[in-house]
Amino acid sequence: MAECHPVGFQWVTEAKLRGARVIHVDPRFTRTTAQADRHIPIRVGSDIALLGALINHVLSNELWFKDYVLHYTNATTVVSDDFVDTEELDGLFSGWNDETRSYDMSSWAYAERDDLPEEAVDGDSGDDEVDAPDPVDESGHLMSETSRADTQGSGGPPLEHARIKKDPTLQNPRCVLNILRRHYARYTPEMVERVCGISQEDFAYLADSIVQNSGRDRTTAFCYAVGWTQHSDGAQMIRTSTILQLLMGNIGRPGSGVMALRGHASIQGSTDIPTLYNLLPGYLPMPLAGSSDTLAQYVDNIASTKQKGYWANADTYAVSLLKAWWGEKATAENDWGFAYIPRLTGAHGTYQTVMAMLEDKVAGYFVLGQNPAVGSAHSRMQRRGLAHLKWLVVRDLQMIETASFWKDSPEIETGELRTEDIATEVFFLPAANHAEKSGTFTQTQRLLQWRHKAVSPPGDCMSELQFFYLLGQKIRERLAGSPLERDQGLLDLTWDYPLDEEGEVDPEAVLKEINGYQLTGPKAGRLLSSYTEMKADGSTSGGCWIYTGVYADGINMSARRTPHGGDQPLEHEWGWAWPADRRILYNRASADPDGKPWSERKKLVWWDEDAKRWTGDDVPDFPVGTRPDYVAPDTAGGPEALSGTDPFIMQADGLGWLYAPRGMVDGPMPTHYEPAESPVVNPVYGVQASPTRKTFRRQDNLFAASGNEPGAEVFPFVFTTYRLTEHHTAGGMSRWLPYLSELQPEMFCEVSPELANLRGLENGGWATLVSPRAVIEARVLVTPRMRPLVADGRTVHQIGLPYHWAVGGRAIVTGDSANDLLGVVLDPNVNIQEAKAAACDIRPGRRPQGAARLEMLAEYQGRAGLTVETSQEAPERLEPARGPQPAEQVEEEA
Amino acid sequence: MVKLNPTVFLEWPVIRQITSGDTLGRGPGVTSARTREMRPRIADADRVAQSVCPYCAVGCGQRIFVKDEKVIQIEGDPDSPISRGRLCPKGAASEQLVNSPRRVTTVRYRRPHGTEWEDLDLDTAIDMIADRFVQARHDYWQEEDEKGNKNLRRTMGIAALGGATLDNEENYLIKKLFTAAGAVQIENQARI
Repeated sequence: MAECHPVGFQWVTEAKLRGARVIHVDPRFTRTTAQADRHIPIRVGSDIALLGALINHVLSNELWFKDYVLHYTNATTVVSDDFVDTEELDGLFSGWNDETRSYDMSSWAYAERDDLPEEAVDGDSGDDEVDAPDPVDESGHLMSETSRADTQGSGGPPLEHARIKKDPTLQNPRCVLNILRRHYARYTPEMVERVCGISQEDFAYLADSIVQNSGRDRTTAFCYAVGWTQHSDGAQMIRTSTILQLLMGNIGRPGSGVMALRGHASIQGSTDIPTLYNLLPGYLPMPLAGSSDTLAQYVDNIASTKQKGYWANADTYAVSLLKAWWGEKATAENDWGFAYIPRLTGAHGTYQTVMAMLEDKVAGYFVLGQNPAVGSAHSRMQRRGLAHLKWLVVRDLQMIETASFWKDSPEIETGELRTEDIATEVFFLPAANHAEKSGTFTQTQRLLQWRHKAVSPPGDCMSELQFFYLLGQKIRERLAGSPLERDQGLLDLTWDYPLDEEGEVDPEAVLKEINGYQLTGPKAGRLLSSYTEMKADGSTSGGCWIYTGVYADGINMSARRTPHGGDQPLEHEWGWAWPADRRILYNRASADPDGKPWSERKKLVWWDEDAKRWTGDDVPDFPVGTRPDYVAPDTAGGPEALSGTDPFIMQADGLGWLYAPRGMVDGPMPTHYEPAESPVVNPVYGVQASPTRKTFRRQDNLFAASGNEPGAEVFPFVFTTYRLTEHHTAGGMSRWLPYLSELQPEMFCEVSPELANLRGLENGGWATLVSPRAVIEARVLVTPRMRPLVADGRTVHQIGLPYHWAVGGRAIVTGDSANDLLGVVLDPNVNIQEAKAAACDIRPGRRPQGAARLEMLAEYQGRAGLTVETSQEAPERLEPARGPQPAEQVEEEA
Repeated sequence: MVKLNPTVFLEWPVIRQITSGDTLGRGPGVTSARTREMRPRIADADRVAQSVCPYCAVGCGQRIFVKDEKVIQIEGDPDSPISRGRLCPKGAASEQLVNSPRRVTTVRYRRPHGTEWEDLDLDTAIDMIADRFVQARHDYWQEEDEKGNKNLRRTMGIAALGGATLDNEENYLIKKLFTAAGAVQIENQARI
């Protein structure tokens, strides 16, 4: 955090000055470590084993926060008799299908009650989805469930039924808490030592720290960045910490939570208002072919009107969005223009798209303030994909490597590509920077902050807002009068925006459209104050329902700049947080079941009996008039179905999920699997790597063998990629700046003194790194910041690689790209690549140039006997460790 | 006898130390005339715009100082409850981002199989892109696919990547336009 979010880290420092204990779990020693009370180095990819052992620790020693867990989580909910755990199936859950390499999740469902009135029984929402045919995408992945799974956004998936059975006594062996106990029983401190390379003493320190710092008076926070997301089971890593935090009562309270530290100024905003294939604004899913022919079907798939909470109003959010986009042309008769939205048939993520480029299935590509030739995993594949395009539009501040790939990419140097052969037509359009346009960024805690334009952009530089407005106009001009049905969505689109004095689109007008309006009645034209005002009858509009209220009362709340946020404890007069300016989500949980603060020290929101409403230091994230002792009738749906003790208002049952009966395609509970490439044979289960991970069996995407399989010794080391304080992702905004280039001038690799000794690497010298995908070079930094770990009796050497550099382009500093080394293997829930753990070899000296570089790669691939099947099987079961092990063998040879 | 000039006399450090109240001699009592004449470069700014740092997602406040329609300095905003005036090395270097002499400010065009960049008029460029957009949308249009999925009304010929560095309003127009056009392969850094 101190490296990548240095200014945010000042609050960790503040907390430390007030007595907080800071523990840094990271394979490398960083500036964060320097400030921490203890550094716990971890073997990359073993986080679930560590977090699972913490869960086991608090459950088996009865250290969990009982009043919180029993009331606010699904601990007492009973799970179907059909569910079978990985403990019985050696690493697989029930419902596994070998052929499709995916789960049928129906056996993971909650058990059903049979004593409810008929009205409640209608609560099944998922039938259409469950019965829909399962399309298979171009890579052979079963898509219906996977693409649904990452469309749930801020809410949980719908439940298959509302007849939930509970056992408040926790006697039922099939209630969630008892299933959790059994699932994590073997995740012991001894297992942590074996899997993660973390000593039992370090584990005890970590466990005791969390336990002592949780409860009524205290809270513990987990902060993570892409160290968790970039794994083939990344979403489950984050879920493991969520389960632990729920058990300790650390969600929805001050100083609690699982905090994603995001790496781009508006990466949160670009998820909320998504430039993502699977989402519409506000985490509404993109419709899936076959199951969303009508708006009614689509809404029914999102949530049942019989389920609890605010997703039951999804119809109002969806219709308001359609009204924002198609205005008067969106009518009840044409289903509000819902047919204009294209349908998904599977995952159309950035990696699948690049593979489609290689097959010449994509003509044109817009790259907007991003540098995939450097910043995406397997950047070699990315660059080769660019060479297959008909046309490419790059909009950036500098001439980045993605724009100039045809001229100076590494593939030109090796002779793989020849400039004259590349048919791609390239447009480089200069962009405006953050000082040259007004608009909002949404930062990592959901806070929207308006930026005021300081100066006008120079020359041809232009904001994306203006560019896309003009492009839209020109496209619509070309289609004007078209009789084709497919063109009507573009022609009917609301695309008239007021222009400012310089003739550019007024960004405040766009923010107002996002906020939404009352469209009819005496108050027509009024900006909405809250998403609760949205209707499904076409009388309201709103481009992103969770942002409604950013323009409450006609005031741009994101532009609020009262110094220090004003006098309120949560600094509400600075910017605006979605939803409804709530600064801490699910803050009903900051009070006990009776509505009183858990403690004076941790009070935030509470029930005011005199005023008959929730009140406190934050905007209550709960129906403000729902009494704590209110018990919702079984027949209710939506917000009215939330009982007074259901803090998780976006979940279908109002509760925090310790066990996910739906929504996670790789299992209802996180389970330790090894990374796709790992020197260690999974010590916990027979199944080696995540069986549902998405693999791509391609000759340009080979993987090293794991464990003791033949050829594993050719790539004996682990590498992990990361950022430096002085650079920013693929370098487009940092490698061109003199100060930053001087501070971090060269690509380097961090290796331990032990590995340096083993391989003859010299500090300050050069090293060549070889993975099954690429060969790169880097300066060597020999440092005790990297420490070899012993996992399952084997010494694991980990190499650290920053990924900011690239060759070619016009940057001040250049170097080889770490991302060239990575392959493409994806988390099945979210289609994010495993960039934090992969296999390589390292040797002293510079890499070969030209064709010799490719020959070296081929020699390694041949020596390791790699095929497209290597490490791509699932479920793969490896031979357990035996005899001398590769890392040791290497040591003897050296 | 030398007449004591009262002005010079009053400038004696020890006198200044007493008269200014800087008894320890660590402040105004010991500053030189040159130091006193120094002024911050932002003092001449015509205006200051409140902004937000464009790098990571902490959202540090920035103050952008402008003189003669040019950014002359970017500093941390002490009013921000998030950053309290601090910036990291990247945020502190962002004036170089804005005023980079390497920055490309005109359209560059590389024709198919071309070996060098060429100049291109901005309007022409946008027209050409619009033409290609319409053509690709048409050429790669799908109402149904080979697996029998129907009513897809989409084009697989156009893709986009980017958004995490852009404004919400910009992402909104991008998603709105591409979705209405039937383009689904719209992605950004959040997937990476």
